[in-house]
Amino acid sequence: MMSEIKDFLKDLISLPGLSGYESPVGERIQQEWQPLVDEISFSPLGSLHALKRGSGEEPRPSILLAAHMDAIGMMVTEIVDGWLRFTPIGGIDPRILPGQQVIVHGREDLPAVVVQPPAHLLPDEVSPRQSVDLKYLLVDTGLLPEQVRELVRVGDLISFAQPPLELSNDLLAGHSLDNRASIAALTVCLRALQPVHHVWDVWAVATVQEEITLGGGYTSPFSIRPDLAVAVDVTFAKGPGGPSDYRTFPLGKGLTIGWGANIHPAFYRALKETAERLDIPFHNEILPARSGTDAYAMQIIGEGISTAVLSIPLRYMHTPVEIISMKDVQRTGHLLAQFIASLPANFMEQMKWDE
Amino acid sequence: MEHTEPSPFEISNDQLDLLERLSNAVAVSGDEREVRAIVLEEIQPFADEVRVDALGNVLAVRHAQGENPLRVMLAAHMDEVGFILVEEEEGGWYRFEVVGGIDPRVLVGKPVLVGKEHLPGVIGTRPIHLTTPDERKNALTVEQLRIDLGNENGKKVKTGERAGFATRFRQAGPSLVGKALDDRLGVAALIELIKNPPPNVELQAAFTVQEEIGLRGAGVAAYAFNPDVAIAVDATPANDLPAWDGEENTRYNTRLGGGPAIYVADAATLSDPRLIRHLIRTAEEMGIPYQIRQPGGGGTDAGAIHKQREGIPVVSVSVPVRYAHTPALQARLLDWENTLSLLYHGLERLSPQLFSEDR
Amino acid sequence: MKALIQKLVETIAPSGYEMPVRELILGEVKDWADEVRVDALGNLVVRKGQKSPSGKRIMLAAHMDEIGLIATHVDENGFVRFSTIGGVRPHTLYGGRVRFLNGVAGVIGGERLENMERVHSFDKLFIDVGATSKEDCPVRVGDVAAFERPFLDLGKRLVAKSMDDRISVAVMMETLRQLKNTPHEVYFVFSTQEEVGVRGATTAAFGVDPEIGIAVDVTATGDTPKGLKMAVALGKGPAIKVKDSGMIADPRVVRWMADTAEQAGIPYQLEILEGGSTDARAMQLTRAGVPAGCLSIPCRYIHTPSEMVDFEDVQNAVGLLKALLESPVELK
Repeated sequence: MMSEIKDFLKDLISLPGLSGYESPVGERIQQEWQPLVDEISFSPLGSLHALKRGSGEEPRPSILLAAHMDAIGMMVTEIVDGWLRFTPIGGIDPRILPGQQVIVHGREDLPAVVVQPPAHLLPDEVSPRQSVDLKYLLVDTGLLPEQVRELVRVGDLISFAQPPLELSNDLLAGHSLDNRASIAALTVCLRALQPVHHVWDVWAVATVQEEITLGGGYTSPFSIRPDLAVAVDVTFAKGPGGPSDYRTFPLGKGLTIGWGANIHPAFYRALKETAERLDIPFHNEILPARSGTDAYAMQIIGEGISTAVLSIPLRYMHTPVEIISMKDVQRTGHLLAQFIASLPANFMEQMKWDE
Repeated sequence: MEHTEPSPFEISNDQLDLLERLSNAVAVSGDEREVRAIVLEEIQPFADEVRVDALGNVLAVRHAQGENPLRVMLAAHMDEVGFILVEEEEGGWYRFEVVGGIDPRVLVGKPVLVGKEHLPGVIGTRPIHLTTPDERKNALTVEQLRIDLGNENGKKVKTGERAGFATRFRQAGPSLVGKALDDRLGVAALIELIKNPPPNVELQAAFTVQEEIGLRGAGVAAYAFNPDVAIAVDATPANDLPAWDGEENTRYNTRLGGGPAIYVADAATLSDPRLIRHLIRTAEEMGIPYQIRQPGGGGTDAGAIHKQREGIPVVSVSVPVRYAHTPALQARLLDWENTLSLLYHGLERLSPQLFSEDR
Repeated sequence: MKALIQKLVETIAPSGYEMPVRELILGEVKDWADEVRVDALGNLVVRKGQKSPSGKRIMLAAHMDEIGLIATHVDENGFVRFSTIGGVRPHTLYGGRVRFLNGVAGVIGGERLENMERVHSFDKLFIDVGATSKEDCPVRVGDVAAFERPFLDLGKRLVAKSMDDRISVAVMMETLRQLKNTPHEVYFVFSTQEEVGVRGATTAAFGVDPEIGIAVDVTATGDTPKGLKMAVALGKGPAIKVKDSGMIADPRVVRWMADTAEQAGIPYQLEILEGGSTDARAMQLTRAGVPAGCLSIPCRYIHTPSEMVDFEDVQNAVGLLKALLESPVELK
């Protein structure tokens, strides 16, 4: 099972699916989830909605599990003598770009490299030791200008070319593990629910546009109107260069359960109790105001939704060499499946404030 | 139209006691429990309907006495700016983060109350004797500060718990001094209006959560109520202090003692001009002092409310307060009283005719 | 069409106070519309067409509001201090002229700075309406104003304040006028308060509940000396937005717009705007989500009193919008 889910995840992080252009990865996920659920469809913005019905009496309460399938990348803004200028899609630290292998998705997929022009060709203000702003960087396909004009247009996408790297049995490195790792976790959950009896309806949703507008987070709950919604995302793992305080968590030593204004405290407690009961290692992640996930959007849709956040620790977020532990992916999926299986029909009674 | 009956809102001792309880309660954005409990206790005997929604908003309704009443939503936020403990260090002190907008420079050397038990803690700093003049030029950042409860109490709390300023409410002549008057003044006003509602409107009272961290509760409350009209009742800064150079202060926002502040524009909302005109007319005809809050900056629950569904006409009315988002705010009793009057009479005179003209 | 454009751009109607321009639009469109309504935030919603079996509910949005100023304080000598409505740029103000909604005209002056080469920040500026005291000043705290500058017809190019977004209002009105048959239920929405955060479009979209949304707005260009690096220029056709800083246009909508333009022989450009967004963002995030895009009119000097567009781009925008609405749509 572990190697199967790892293969699926490697597939996912080898497919493009930039914010706003998620269909390649959406179709792959649909293929994987179709046999695991009762109904599957795409929302008007392209989020994948997969419903696995519960066995309770109607009207059945429902829980929405949201994992965003979009990934950060870049887009061509101008073609200058065969070189491409570009703009970021999502948050990219420009310092990771020079020398980075990428793919330009033009009329065909073209391998290319991000290059940093020599200092003397840049404005005087950019000193040699300073990091070079993204607007000065170029993408070089190696093709001649006429060929580039044929094959590439303004608006074409550029994604990272880094193939998945297995660092050990359970550590996987690559780009877009934010947030395809959570899609893998949802898949583990759906598989684990196959032989299991659950009262509640389960909506597994691969949302779009989290990295740019939280668009999927705002729109999917509007049609689904779940009683509970969980955002499954990634969080910061401890590692070189990062802070080692409360904002980071050990890699491979468990998932995090969020606590803060974006999370319903009773929901947090219920998830925590399930994790403790099953001996699933986890850490508390304090998110004082915003969670930085789809939960921020989902909580305020319609008349309001009780939300929670589960996160998988990930190192070097928003670079092509993100690292996660497959163990944490499994843990997250299993925690969700067990939590869902244990939900009684009247669980919402426990969610009343101040009881 | 002259209204000859006296305003029903001369503030009584009971109302001051309620305000004191509200001001002293700690309810940091995301954890409004203490204030919610007081609100529920106070309004349950009077409201026709009460419920608490998924985010913790208290939604209460007082039905109108007539037919086809206007459905008016009033919103006052229960939350205050404060702190959340994020990391325990040995010795009983904690790293913390600020919840909501607080200038870190007001934190140093202050007492706080931590957790449900209100355990006392302090935010201290290095003694002046051990600092250099250069060092004292730089403001301390939140990362450098700690909440210290001492070893014993330090073990009784844990990360994730909230803390608030420890200021106790008091009256000082014409003034009211306390923490979180933003927006306990609004909450108290709303409770009063539920107890003594204007009879002609369907009063939908929303005691909202998480206003200070993005107007989070008000939007879903408005979506649920779907009112015809909404008014946010808040507190707004009075920066009417003297300018250092002795020149006229042209950026005072509002003036303490100037009466309830009617908003034309803040960063989140352009108030409906029909409602602005209505409130000004009401104030002038009833002889209630009022002021126009200087346009620009800030925001109230109206910002989230007016954009719900197909749009809701809104205006905000606030009590002026000095030193907002600090340990001790100051308001004038008379301003609070006049705010209540303006709201009551403004609602009493509201009719659907007001909206026969397009915005 | 130029006469209509002139009337629209010379009207004073900043965000929140759109009535003057709404009345102007309503006066013209009511004869061409199947249904007209004004909602709680002042949006003008005009329906044309009934949904046929192969048709869609389409929402178009062009915003009626413009950026402006709002009085914050009148000093004892009658000078008016102000705050801004929408994205006003400080370097466009000193020496400019404004007109308040109540008809009062004024000039923007400033304090003496240490270095008069610098740009005044807003708090160092004031509006002089010619009053001599607070008492005889016809402006009060809360009064709103917009820039005043006459429309300029340079032949091929047109210049005015509030081309953003009155030019798109004109494009939509002209399209509505020319539109004879459509299989779709089309809502021409003249929205409010776009400049302060696409607020009108948010509620209008909720009310219309469209299947496709297209905003019509201006976009910047990269064709001025040492200007923005942007692959859009005046005179090369209306732009089909791919991305801006607030949203990524639905690729199916982009494809539909580009294919239609090509079939109709209308020139177009693909646009990426790195600073700024439009009503399309609001439509995209409405309810369960709406595939959305934007038809952009290339415009130089946006948010200055002298915004410049190309008249042929404007006419081609009308052509493209008409072509989009006249045939069935299949997003793929």
